[in-house]
Amino acid sequence: MLSKELYKELAELLGKENVLSEPEDLLNYAFDATAAMPKQTPDLLVTPRTTEQVAGVIKLARQHGVPIYPRGSGTNLCGATIPLERGIVLMTLEMNKIIEVDPENLTAWVEPGVIIQSLNDAAAEYGLMYPPDPGTVTTATMGGSVSMCSGGLRGLKYGVTKHYVIGMEVVLANGEVLKWGGKTVKNVTGYDLTALFTGGEGTLGIMTKLLVKLNPIPEARKTLLAVFDDLDKAGNTISAIIRGKIIPATMEIMDNTTIRTVKKFTNADLPEDAEAVILIEVDGYREAVEREAALAEEICGRSGAVAVIAAKTDEERDRLWLARRNALPALAQVKPTTVLEDATVPRSQITAMLRAIRAIAHKYDLPIGTFGHAGDGNLHPTILTDVRDKEEMERVHKAVDEIFAAAVKLGGTLSGEHGVGLGKARYLPLEFGPVGVEVLRWVKEAFDPHYLFNPGKVVLRG
Amino acid sequence: MSIYSDFRSVQDEIYKCMKCGNCQEVCPLYKATRKEVTVARGKIGLLEMFVTGEAEMTAGMAERMSYCTTCMACNEKCPCGVQFDRILLAARAEGVRRHGLHPVKKTAFTALRLQRFFDFGMRTGSRLQGAIFSRVAGRDYGARMRVDMGLLGRKKVFPRLAAKPFRADRPTVYVPRPRMKAAFFTGCMINYFYSDIGEAVLGVLKRNNVEVSIPEEQGCCGVPASVNGDVESARALARRNLKAFEASGADALIVSCSSCGSAWKHSYERLLEEDAVYRPLAAKWAARAYDISEFLVRVIDYDRESLGRIERKVTYHDPCHLRRGQNIFLEPRAILRSIPGVELIELQKPDRCCGMAGSFCIVHPDLADKVLAEKMADVARTPAQTVATGCPACRLQLWSGLINTGLPQDAVHVVQLLNESYERAAESGATRA
Repeated sequence: MLSKELYKELAELLGKENVLSEPEDLLNYAFDATAAMPKQTPDLLVTPRTTEQVAGVIKLARQHGVPIYPRGSGTNLCGATIPLERGIVLMTLEMNKIIEVDPENLTAWVEPGVIIQSLNDAAAEYGLMYPPDPGTVTTATMGGSVSMCSGGLRGLKYGVTKHYVIGMEVVLANGEVLKWGGKTVKNVTGYDLTALFTGGEGTLGIMTKLLVKLNPIPEARKTLLAVFDDLDKAGNTISAIIRGKIIPATMEIMDNTTIRTVKKFTNADLPEDAEAVILIEVDGYREAVEREAALAEEICGRSGAVAVIAAKTDEERDRLWLARRNALPALAQVKPTTVLEDATVPRSQITAMLRAIRAIAHKYDLPIGTFGHAGDGNLHPTILTDVRDKEEMERVHKAVDEIFAAAVKLGGTLSGEHGVGLGKARYLPLEFGPVGVEVLRWVKEAFDPHYLFNPGKVVLRG
Repeated sequence: MSIYSDFRSVQDEIYKCMKCGNCQEVCPLYKATRKEVTVARGKIGLLEMFVTGEAEMTAGMAERMSYCTTCMACNEKCPCGVQFDRILLAARAEGVRRHGLHPVKKTAFTALRLQRFFDFGMRTGSRLQGAIFSRVAGRDYGARMRVDMGLLGRKKVFPRLAAKPFRADRPTVYVPRPRMKAAFFTGCMINYFYSDIGEAVLGVLKRNNVEVSIPEEQGCCGVPASVNGDVESARALARRNLKAFEASGADALIVSCSSCGSAWKHSYERLLEEDAVYRPLAAKWAARAYDISEFLVRVIDYDRESLGRIERKVTYHDPCHLRRGQNIFLEPRAILRSIPGVELIELQKPDRCCGMAGSFCIVHPDLADKVLAEKMADVARTPAQTVATGCPACRLQLWSGLINTGLPQDAVHVVQLLNESYERAAESGATRA
């Protein structure tokens, strides 16, 4: 339990209204968006508004030997914000200013509590956008998505969060403020600490300002939906499109379980017996988009698609997106608990991975719907279950183990975009062995020797 | 198993939530506070711990359930189809069963049950209001509390209480050869504050050849009690109203308040689920209950030929319990567009809650003001001269906000504009070709 002293000092530093201490207010922070995780209630929650206040909180926490758990909107999918060892949840939502949008350098400075969509809205006034596009774009914070290095639907063409973070201000475990990076396109001065903190899951320091790159909003886009009666043909199509020198902004796949479930809950016009559908969207200059779309359509046909539908209007585009947008919502309605993984393989292995997941579903007798970002190899096997069913949850855990093993065996990774957090920390040796885990620990302990920041996540104490 | 009788009735609904947090995007209170306790996910998290035994339903937890305007924006957004309003109402009822009602609410709901007593109080209030309220300068109606009685705050602007309740000595409006016989459920807001809406409803129905009676024994719809977990008061009021309308012999029940409409259409059946006598009556009247705009557009196809010109730019605020509660949003817009000269200008977020939410704005006045400020900013961005809405409670909130923000617009019910249009046509003797 925490001393009354710490509460008093924090209240003095931040103002009483920025320190929550009543159990009914704290229970809400015992969980995040991750299913089937242990819950833990923090001792206190603080909402600092300035870098100095963050530094002050860190100094007090250190003095009292209490851990700090940074948190934005709490929408991550790997238990990254659960305050496993109690202590202080440091919520960044009151640091929510867009400091600057710079259309000449195509950059923006933001505070960590800015919602991604708010940055997009501000950038849109200059005809710009922030390309990383996680499913939680309207709720997640910039601090959270940079900490987790979020991916999203546009990864194939635009990359992921780490390709857009070029500078930051971070408060370190000793309370010092580190400023790194800048607006230059090129910068090789020193190690790339910006890259280290991006995806650091809040275990190395607390970000207080972020400098990100912006892109021009593409002039045009075009959307196609290709239907397949055979998984191999779908996989071959994905490879053929990439080989064909087309880089769509989005190339999504949905398997038969997902298709059937979506059909049950929406009026999407999909053939129920299709083995897979692929949704392709190309964007760019109007003329380029026309050519790319025509070429993609032709390749789908040649690779054995049963049908290819091209959207001609915005309404038709919305119709095509309906199924993909409803993939997770529809799957989530089947059972109370939705275990959503993000095992990722080289895109040439998509078909093999889909088959492996299907075999695992069969072996453990579990409904698993798989959809995801086929163009970048990032799949979302989604296990539909009920946390109240102990026996079934046993099978779920075993199935998850095998999904991870299958991804690694195919040359892939445990997590494409959700992160390690609490959920995958124990699987790390599977991917890079004891040496890799040891190197992670060196890095962690160099920045945070006392495990002050987000302990219990990514790197466990040796 | 009714949500009002047994908290276990919403257990499965609680487990449906996957904690994705998508509700944060649309929750007006979360936008104002950025605290989990105000958003559906946070409250569901608390209640899940109550279900599993990880946490007690403490007085503090019951109090946290007051952080909701029941605007149902989260229901619409939820990818898992969670109906959060059901969970919340069940939790509030459970809170009251365990910890009782706040004494002020208890007195208020008891007064509502004793209609004559309440009526007397409101009439007395009407005579004394000069002593309690100070008039708002420059407006011919409306007043703020002179002193903060610890309940309403001094900021909110209230319309003047009607000198005589709207329903008092109100005879049935007869028309020669009526096409239909309707009974009007006024609700308290119209009865005591907004007689003008009541007059407009009667005027519009008369012009459309509908006979309207106003059953004398009707009282409060019971929503203030049911949303605060006072299930017994809500049931007593539901039975009283059902009895009154059963005696009216009307073909249709007309409401012009979104909460009252939701009560008749949805709440009464849920409240009286275990009542063998009244449940069938609740079902019968639920099927006959119509919001005034719904009735005009869908049932009687109102007269569009005798409408006079009103040159005005109008914007429309969707009451939550009309749009999401009753799926009525096309009808009021259709009415506004049918009035010659009216130009309908949409808000950016017409269906975002105004923050009134009945007793919510009394319990959390600062929060209600923050939600209202968003709505006012939205209104200020339009060139509209009038803010129309479909509910007297929203009208009060909007109107109070317009005055406090210093905006020149007026706030009215859609049916008032329609009635004005009919009156103008009648005055000029000219009708639309």
